[in-house]
Amino acid sequence: MNLPPNHKRPEPVEVVKQRRDAALSGLVDGVPYVQFLGIQVERHGDELTAILPFDEKLIGNPMLPAIHGGVTAAFLETAAVIQLSWSTLWEDMETGVLDPSTLGPDNMPYLPKTIDFSIDYLRSGLPRDAYARARVVRQGRRYASVHVEAWQDKRDKLYAQATGHFLMPGS
Amino acid sequence: MMKGMTAEQKAELARKFTEAIPHCKALGMVLEKLEDGEAIMSMPYDEKLIGDPRTGVIHGGAVSALLDTCCGSAVMSHPKAPAITATIDLRIDYMRPATPGQKITAKATCYHVTRSVAFVRAVALDEDEGRPVATASGAFTADGDPKRRSTEISNDITDDVSEGGDA
Repeated sequence: MNLPPNHKRPEPVEVVKQRRDAALSGLVDGVPYVQFLGIQVERHGDELTAILPFDEKLIGNPMLPAIHGGVTAAFLETAAVIQLSWSTLWEDMETGVLDPSTLGPDNMPYLPKTIDFSIDYLRSGLPRDAYARARVVRQGRRYASVHVEAWQDKRDKLYAQATGHFLMPGS
Repeated sequence: MMKGMTAEQKAELARKFTEAIPHCKALGMVLEKLEDGEAIMSMPYDEKLIGDPRTGVIHGGAVSALLDTCCGSAVMSHPKAPAITATIDLRIDYMRPATPGQKITAKATCYHVTRSVAFVRAVALDEDEGRPVATASGAFTADGDPKRRSTEISNDITDDVSEGGDA
């Protein structure tokens, strides 16, 4: 088979996965509060889903029982910050500007700072796992606006949603 | 059940309820004052709450949890609100990072209650009380219909409106 002279073989899938997973774990594993809540992030290509596995210590209303509103707020805010950092990191990582293996708890990427965060509580947070996906609605040089949706059982039956504004690092 | 309760009894119920919340215990929250729609609640600095490992600044989410709980407690202690509530919405503005090592104190005021909604605002401070760390404003459920109180309210909260997480 004849290939054009400038043809570059695609990178092996393990190399690509290893690089992307390392970058993601650099964002998630180094933050004590994210670990305390037990938040995990799943990646499919560049799409992220944050997962909050249910735990007793997340309960805010022992009578129902229901997840604490503050936990839901923290979960959605974390999902927003990770998504925003991830989309800025992606370009640098894929073009080789950033080596994800250098990331760790002692060398975290600079994270965006929350300016404000507004949460709609649509349903009671049931005592089971919750999922969240964030979308960067607008990202400028200094400010970004991010929308987050969270659900438990059914993807289209949201239990909370939020919008936040963030100050980009280095601005 | 709530009818005929004195203000003191209601405040006591709200205090017990707040102190029984597992997440508040996990974060070490302490209710310092609770009466007539006003609540003061504090949370000690703890390494597990860190959001930025580089500086040791606590995560915004932990401050949100404190503000949310404090707002809910303020509603429950209001003379015109029922003794149970849930957050409808909450907006938090972050003014500056909390100083690492310092206790965070939230002060919430439930300033208006209608037949169905309680309106609350709150501020979070560290030991430099002149410069707020964050402010919050929110709307909470305040269902005054006696038929829907006690056990019915649990079903109601689960079925439709709110999250019931905080208070």
